[in-house]
Amino acid sequence: MPDIKVTPLGAGQDVGRSCILVSVGGKNIMLDCGMHMGYNDDRRFPDFSYITQNGRLTDFLDCVIISHFHLDHCGALPYMSEMVGYDGPIYMTHPTKAICPILLEDFRKITVDKKGETNFFTSQMIKDCMKKVVPLNLHQTVQVDDELEIKAYYAGHVLGAAMVLIKVGSESVVYTGDYNMTPDRHLGAAWIDKCRPDILISESTYATTIRDSKRCRERDFLKKVHETIERGGKVLIPVFALGRAQELCILLETFWERMNLKAPIYFSTGLTEKANHYYKLFITWTNQKIRKTFVQRNMFEFKHIKAFDRSYADNPGPMVVFATPGMLHAGQSLQIFKKWAGNEKNMVIMPGYCVQGTVGHKILNGQKKLEMEGRATLEVKLQVEYMSFSAHADAKGIMQLIRMAEPRNMLLVHGEAKKMEFLKDKIEQEFSISCYMPANGETTTVTTNPSVPVDISLNLLKREMALGGPLPDPKKPRTMHGTLIMKDSSLRLVSPEQALKELGLSEHQLRFTCRVHLQDPHSDSDTLSRIYSHLKSVLKGYAVQHLPDGTVMVESIVLKVSSSGEDPNLKVILLSWSYQDEELGSFLSSLLKKGLPSGL
Amino acid sequence: MYADLMRCFNWTECMLIVLCSLLKELKECAGRVFVDSQPEFCLPERELLDLSTVDVILISNYHCMMALPYITEHTGFSGTVYATEPTFQIGRLLMEELVTFMERVPKAQSATCWKNKEIQRMLPGPLKDAVDVWSWKRCYSMQEVNSALSKVQLVGYSQKVELFGAVQVTPLSSGYSLGSSNWIIQSHYEKVSYVSGSSLLTTHPQPMDQSSLKNSDVLILTGLTQIPTANPDGMLGEFCSNLAMTIRAGGNVLVPCYSSGVIYDLLECLYQFMDSANLGTTPFYFISPVANSSLEFSQIFAEWLCQNKQSKVYLPEPPFPHAELIQTNKLKHYPSIHGEFSSEFRQPCVVFTGHPSLRFGDVVHFMELWGKSSLNTIIFTEPDFSYLDALAPYQPLAMKCVYCPIDTRLNFHQVSKLLKEVQPLHVVCPEQYTQPPPAQSHRSDLMLELQPPPMAYRRCSVLGLPFRRRYERIQLQPELAKALVPSEIKPGISVATVSAVLQSKDNKHVLQPVPKPTPVPPSKKRKRLMEEVPELLSPKPLLSGSIPLDAFLASLHKSGITEVKVEETADGHILHLQAEDALIQLEEDATHIVCDNNEPLRTALRDLVLRFLQKL
Repeated sequence: MPDIKVTPLGAGQDVGRSCILVSVGGKNIMLDCGMHMGYNDDRRFPDFSYITQNGRLTDFLDCVIISHFHLDHCGALPYMSEMVGYDGPIYMTHPTKAICPILLEDFRKITVDKKGETNFFTSQMIKDCMKKVVPLNLHQTVQVDDELEIKAYYAGHVLGAAMVLIKVGSESVVYTGDYNMTPDRHLGAAWIDKCRPDILISESTYATTIRDSKRCRERDFLKKVHETIERGGKVLIPVFALGRAQELCILLETFWERMNLKAPIYFSTGLTEKANHYYKLFITWTNQKIRKTFVQRNMFEFKHIKAFDRSYADNPGPMVVFATPGMLHAGQSLQIFKKWAGNEKNMVIMPGYCVQGTVGHKILNGQKKLEMEGRATLEVKLQVEYMSFSAHADAKGIMQLIRMAEPRNMLLVHGEAKKMEFLKDKIEQEFSISCYMPANGETTTVTTNPSVPVDISLNLLKREMALGGPLPDPKKPRTMHGTLIMKDSSLRLVSPEQALKELGLSEHQLRFTCRVHLQDPHSDSDTLSRIYSHLKSVLKGYAVQHLPDGTVMVESIVLKVSSSGEDPNLKVILLSWSYQDEELGSFLSSLLKKGLPSGL
Repeated sequence: MYADLMRCFNWTECMLIVLCSLLKELKECAGRVFVDSQPEFCLPERELLDLSTVDVILISNYHCMMALPYITEHTGFSGTVYATEPTFQIGRLLMEELVTFMERVPKAQSATCWKNKEIQRMLPGPLKDAVDVWSWKRCYSMQEVNSALSKVQLVGYSQKVELFGAVQVTPLSSGYSLGSSNWIIQSHYEKVSYVSGSSLLTTHPQPMDQSSLKNSDVLILTGLTQIPTANPDGMLGEFCSNLAMTIRAGGNVLVPCYSSGVIYDLLECLYQFMDSANLGTTPFYFISPVANSSLEFSQIFAEWLCQNKQSKVYLPEPPFPHAELIQTNKLKHYPSIHGEFSSEFRQPCVVFTGHPSLRFGDVVHFMELWGKSSLNTIIFTEPDFSYLDALAPYQPLAMKCVYCPIDTRLNFHQVSKLLKEVQPLHVVCPEQYTQPPPAQSHRSDLMLELQPPPMAYRRCSVLGLPFRRRYERIQLQPELAKALVPSEIKPGISVATVSAVLQSKDNKHVLQPVPKPTPVPPSKKRKRLMEEVPELLSPKPLLSGSIPLDAFLASLHKSGITEVKVEETADGHILHLQAEDALIQLEEDATHIVCDNNEPLRTALRDLVLRFLQKL
C-alpha cells in the first residue's frame, strides 16, 4: 500500500530552521529551508546530509517550497542551493520572492561583515539562488511535473505567507508554514478549502495558548508605551523589518494621532521606507479594509514615524524605537538594548516569540545579568514586557484549521515538544485522527488508502443510476455488475455484454435442465396451476407468470409439467435455466422436490 | 427629410401628436439625423434562455462585463459569476464611470417614438437598420452594479474551479488586458476552450497562455481584432508623431479613451517619447471619475503583469512609469473638468478622457471647447466605435482628426498560427470570421480558413457541439479493488468482473464492495429454510470460451466420473454419464447439463465446466 513519509530536518519538536521532507507518490518535496537563530555553528542550518552524504541534492528533490520570508523558513536557502547544490525549482509567492533576498542579504551582512565569519554564502549566491525561484500565485494550480501539483493558500502571518497543498494522484499533503487564523491590522486570516489531505502538517508555536482578544493586547501595549513615555522613559521594540513592525506602526501611528503625542517614534533600519513600499505594491495581500481604502488613504504612509539614526539612541527624553532584529540576538536592536538596559525608566517590549539561546529569550525568562562578548556582564534594569503579537495560530486557531481542511492525519512541527504533546492529545480526542510529532531526523510514515480511478462507460453508469432510482434505499443497496478491462495503463469498466463485443469474444451459453418427480393426483394443467400458486406465494418480488402455452415462467426460467406413462399421478416437472439464473434455478429445483403444500 | 416623413402620414390628430413628439426626439446635423435621448444600451440576448437556469457566468475581461447587471439583476439569476481580481476591480471602475457619466446629465425621458416600427422604417440609416430597438435599456444604477458584483467569485490564473463535481473551469491568461482570461471547461474526457479577447503582442499584461489550450475537443473563438488591417505598433508611432506635431504648433490633443487598458501603454509610450521629442514640459491630463483609482489599481496587480513589469516590484518600484509622471507633475488626473482642473489647466496639453463614443462624459466639453480650432487634434485610439459616427453630431469641425486605432487582439494571421499550434478538433466562431469583411470582399486573408471548416454561429443561433460522451470517471474503493481477480484474456489485456454498490453524490461516483448480508440467528434460520428465497438481481457474469473435449473428459475422470459415453453430433458432442444418469451436451458456444434429482452432481459438473470458461 502506498505510503507518505514525512521527515523534519528542522522544526521537529523545535522552533527554528524549518525544513521538512515529504515523500508522496514517489515525489520528494522540501518544505521550507530555514536557519536557527539560537545557534552560530553547524546546527544553524538543517542537516542536508540526511538526504545524501555526497554531492548535490538536485537528483533527490522534485521541488522546494518556501512558505514565507522569515529567516527561520528561508535562511538556509542559498546555502542549500548554491553550497550543497540544488538546481531544481524553488516555489514561493511574489511578495516572498521580493522580500526574501533582502532579508538574506541582511542576515549575510550581520554574519560575515559584523561577526567576521567565513565560509558563508555570498551576495552572488543569493542572486543565483533567487534565479531558481518560480513565483506562485494564490489558488493557482502549478504543475511541477506531470504528476506533482501544488496550490498555495493565504496564510495571514506575514505579507505573502502561504500554505501549500501538495498533490500526487489522489494523495495529498498540506503544509501550513506559519499562519494566523484571526485578521489583524494589516493582514487577513488564513483560509483553506475542504481539501481533505492525507496529512496536514501544521505549525504549533502556540499549541497550548488560547490568546485573549487582540483588542485587549493592543490596549495593553499602548498603555505600556504611553506610561513609559509619560515618565520620560525610552521604549525599545525589537522587531523584524517586515511583518509585525508594520502592524505595530499602524497601531502607534493612529494612537499618536488620536492622543496628539509629540514623543518621536523611530524605525531603525534603512529598510523602513522600502519595506512600506512592498506593502503598498502588494496591497492585494493585506486585509480587506486596507485593500478597500488604499486609493483614498494608503495605510503604509506614516506621518509620525521617522527613520532612526544611531546617534539618536543617546538623545535625552522619551522616544519609541522599532529596531531589528526581533530576538535581540544581533544588530541594532541589541546595540540599543545594551545602551538602555541599565535604566529602570526604560522598557523593552518583545512583541514576538524568541528562540532559545537569544538575548530575547534570556531576558524573557527573567535573567537579570547577561554575559556579553569579552566577558563583560550586562545588568538588566529596564522593564521587560512580553506581548504576543506574532501572528501564529493559537490552539483554537489550529483546531479551526483542522475543521476547515478535514485531514485524515495530523502532523505537528514548529513548536515545543511538551506543548505539542498536549495539543496532540487534544486533536486525537476531538477529531479521532492520528496526530504525529516527529523529532528532527525522525520519519513518520502514514499509509494511505487511495481509491482506484476507473473510466466507466456512460451507458453502464446511466443504466445503473436509472435502475437505482432517484432515491436508492440505503438498507437494500443495489449491486451492479460490470467488467473491468485492463489494457496498458487504462482501466475501463463496461457492461459484460460490451466487454464481450469489444474483446471480440462470443458468449458461451451454459444451461441446466432438471426433471423433478412429484406425486400429485391432479391433471397436468391443475398441477401446473398449483405450482404457479405455490411459487407465486413463495417468490415475492419475482416475476412469476402462467403462460397460455402450458408453461410457468419465473423470471427467465421455464417450467413444464408432464405425467409419466405408467403413473398419471407421478408428475415430471421440467425445469430449464441458464447459468445467469443459477441461484434461482437451483433454489426452484430443491423447492419443488419437497413437494407442493397440501393447502393449495 | 421632415417633409418626406410628413407626406407619409395621413393627417389625423393622433398622428399629429406622435409626429410632434417625434420631431422633438429627432435632431438633424450636417445632413444626418440623430435621436436626442437618454443614452440606451443594446444588451446580450435575454429571451432565448431563462436566466434563472444559468448556473455560472465566466468573464473574459473587464470590457466583457459591462452588461453584467442586466443579466444578474431582476432576471431570477441566482448563479455564480467567476472573474479574476483585476477584471473585477477594473470592471467595477468602468461601470462606476459609466453610471457617473449618466448621472451628471440626467434626462427625464428616453426617446421612444422613433422606435415605432412604421416610423423607424422611414428614418435614414443607420437609425433604420438598428435592430431590437425595443430591448435597448437605460444605464443601470450603482446599486445594481454593486449587487451584480456581489455575485462575483474571484479566481486566479490556472486555478481549477470545480463546478457541481461535473466539470472543472480554469481561467488562463489571454494577454489582452489586466486579468483578461480565456477559459477551459473540462470534464475528465472532454475539453472546451473559450478563447475571447486574446493578444500575442507584448504589452503590459501577462503573456497569453497558449499551451494549456492544447488537446481541446472544441475551441470557441471570439474577440478577434476589430481592425485587422492596422498594425498596433505602427499606430502607436503615428499617434506620437501626430501628437508632437500638434503640440509644436501650439494646439491641444484630445484622446477619447477608456479609463483602463491601452491608456497605460499610451502613457508609457509618451513617457519615453516626450523627452526625446523635446516636449517634456507638455502637461498630460487624465480626466475621469475613476482616473485616480485606475492609475492606483494598475500598480498593485504585479502578479498579473508581464515579466518585465513584474520584476520592478521586487526592487521595489511601481510597475508602470505613470507613477513617475504623476510624481513629477507631468501627468495630472481629475475626477471631472469642474473644480481643480479648471483652475490648474494649461495649454497646449494632452487630454485623455472618455467616453470614446463621444456621446457622454467629459470628452463632450472638450469637443465643444476645441472643435472650432484647426490647431487642435483629436486622436482616436479605441477601436470600438466608428470615428466618423462619433464625430458626426459635432460637424462641421475645424479640429484635425486622426484615426490610430490600437487593437492588440489577435488578427487572422495570428489566429491561424495559434490554431495550428494548439490543434483543436473543432472550432466554433462567429459567422463574420468565416468570410472576408463586406467592404473588402477580395481579402481572403481576413477570414478563417480551417480544415474541418469552423462551425459558425450568429446571434440567437443554437449550436450542438460535436461531442460523444462515452466515459465518466468513477472511483473503486481500495477494498473493492483489492478483491478483484483479473484474468488475462489476450496478451496484454486482462479482465475482472466487478460486483459492487454504486454511490453517486454531487456527480461523483464511487463503487463500494457489496455489504455482506447480516447473518440470521441460527435458530430462526432452520425454521425459515423454506422461505430462504435467493436475492433478486444478482446475476452471474457472462461466460466465454469453449470446452476442449479431451481435457474435460480428463477432469471428469479425475473427479471420479469414469463411465462416459461420447457421441458425436453435428455441432459438437454429447457426453452420457452412465453411472450418474446425466447428460452433457458440449458445443462451440454452448454447454447444456441435463441432470435430474442430483443437486450435488449438478453443481460439481457446473463447477467443472466453469473451470474452462472465462467470466466477464
